[in-house]
Amino acid sequence: MTTETRSMLLNVGPSHPAMHGVIRLIMELEGEKIKGVDVEIGYLHRAFEKMCETVMYAQCFPYTDRLNYVSPLINNVGFALTVEKLLGIDIPERAKYIRVIMSEISRVTDHLTCLGASAMELGAMSAFLYMIKAREYLYELVEEITGARLTISYVRIGGVKADLTPDFADKAFQKIAEVRKVLIESDKLLTRNRIFFDRVKDIGTISAEDAIAYGITGPFLRSTGVSYDVRKANPYLIYDRLTFEVPTGTKGDNLDRYFVRMEEMEQSLRIVEQCLQQIPDGPIAGNLTGEVISAAKMVDKAKMGETEGLIEDQVDLDPTLQGSTKKYYAGISANKKDVVLPAKEDTYGNIEGLMNHFKLVMYGHGIRPPVGEAYFPVEGANGELGFYIVSDGGDHPWRVRVHPPCFPIMAALPKCLVGDMMADLIPTFGSVNMIAGELDR
Amino acid sequence: MTPLQRIQEKFSIEIIETHAFRGDETVVIRPGALRTVVKFLKETPELDFNVLMDLTAVDYLNFAGGKIKKDSRFEVVSHFYSLKHNHRLRLKVPVGEENPEIDTLSDLWPSANWYEREVWDMFGIRFKGHPNLKRILMYEEFKGHALRKDYPFNKRQPLIGPAI
Repeated sequence: MTTETRSMLLNVGPSHPAMHGVIRLIMELEGEKIKGVDVEIGYLHRAFEKMCETVMYAQCFPYTDRLNYVSPLINNVGFALTVEKLLGIDIPERAKYIRVIMSEISRVTDHLTCLGASAMELGAMSAFLYMIKAREYLYELVEEITGARLTISYVRIGGVKADLTPDFADKAFQKIAEVRKVLIESDKLLTRNRIFFDRVKDIGTISAEDAIAYGITGPFLRSTGVSYDVRKANPYLIYDRLTFEVPTGTKGDNLDRYFVRMEEMEQSLRIVEQCLQQIPDGPIAGNLTGEVISAAKMVDKAKMGETEGLIEDQVDLDPTLQGSTKKYYAGISANKKDVVLPAKEDTYGNIEGLMNHFKLVMYGHGIRPPVGEAYFPVEGANGELGFYIVSDGGDHPWRVRVHPPCFPIMAALPKCLVGDMMADLIPTFGSVNMIAGELDR
Repeated sequence: MTPLQRIQEKFSIEIIETHAFRGDETVVIRPGALRTVVKFLKETPELDFNVLMDLTAVDYLNFAGGKIKKDSRFEVVSHFYSLKHNHRLRLKVPVGEENPEIDTLSDLWPSANWYEREVWDMFGIRFKGHPNLKRILMYEEFKGHALRKDYPFNKRQPLIGPAI
């Protein structure tokens, strides 16, 4: 007597608690073994690229926040650097340091989310809570500077929105110490934990050749032993002045990816510390010896022609605009009137500043890069995040293309899964750190 | 010698245009020569472009309000990277409006598989020899190709439920 064996089709997602967003995997199973996987994406497609073509360059930032929503600051920085490359402008030193500090804080929050969530899915709920606690410390830092936690829209073309607060460095050192404590705790909870260890070791393996062929970058590629990091290979901003290591694995399994991410967080904290020590003070533009008055009062005075001494006054702004006044302006924005909004004192206090402001925000005006195209890669939390922008010389981008780092990883997911057991899907998929926002755009 | 100079030396007749705007080395080649050129890029030890970092397309319909004329409507743009030599190259291939079709790169770089599906989905450019050319971000019933310039950004299409 013979028994007929047939493989079973199992559908995972699009709404599944372990699917980190919306994605559908159609799996072919033989018993508990995975024989084939079909990955279906696109459930979170929001037409990012099409919408960018309909708005002005500066208006694209809120859209970029929503690409990788766990580390939105890196998306902001990538987009700004690409437009700056198109325009051919440079930004002040202090702004470069601020961008690096914020990018690295975001990288840590991203890795914490990824590792915490995948540990939770393997049953380590406490490790998840510890890591989210650490993420909270960092989000508090982000919130203090940008005014928001997730949809920050903080970076501007030619600089950043606001300067760091005066006591930011002290607070940051304090929070970094707290985060380090949590990292040691989670390391103790997970790294020598038999249950966790056995679930991730030798699971979801991919070879270096396959990873390169699929165009994978970031921690996923580094776990296979290839030491490629955009921050080292094509240093942007001030990364060439900083001392940090690029951790690599050897086998390309889930355990290696866990180790690479754990070490990268330590390296990112190192970078933030170095930046806080090295960051130069920005120059102060003009003579600011006048009194501090409210924005409404300044506008009234300027309208009534009471302009005597007004140029030396400072304006008291509401919290969302703090750090963007004249006192900080020269340190955080490029000296380019056709790209960067004027300081708020100029907008409120004199007609030239007001006109300059309107010339940049009014529909049909705005920033106009020359005809051409540019691609700029930055190291996102998941790998190389590249923006490719084509300009036709107008105020809208002609085409914005984002190269999302987890797109190639998802394409290679069947390579990692086939041959493993059904239950291994959870740690492998967790280590991919798929962010549907940037995958589907 | 930069990658651009090497390609210029080898394929002078196949090249339509080259530029290095803002330092990005770019070469535009004839569609017919695509496979030969990319094989050269991949197999020459001095170039060794082992990573296809990105592949996308641009629709130049009515570019700059019609002020700048382009010979063909689309351009398929690929960004190559070499891990060994740490250099990059942008390769562009013009594709006409009448029969938008070029050769696939998916057998040389597996990463091209999904990128080409996305270009088909968004621009309606077909890739000859692609193993599985179907939509990737949109659903099969979707009509038109969303990133084409003549597709209105606010156009609505009926919601499609799961097939019963």
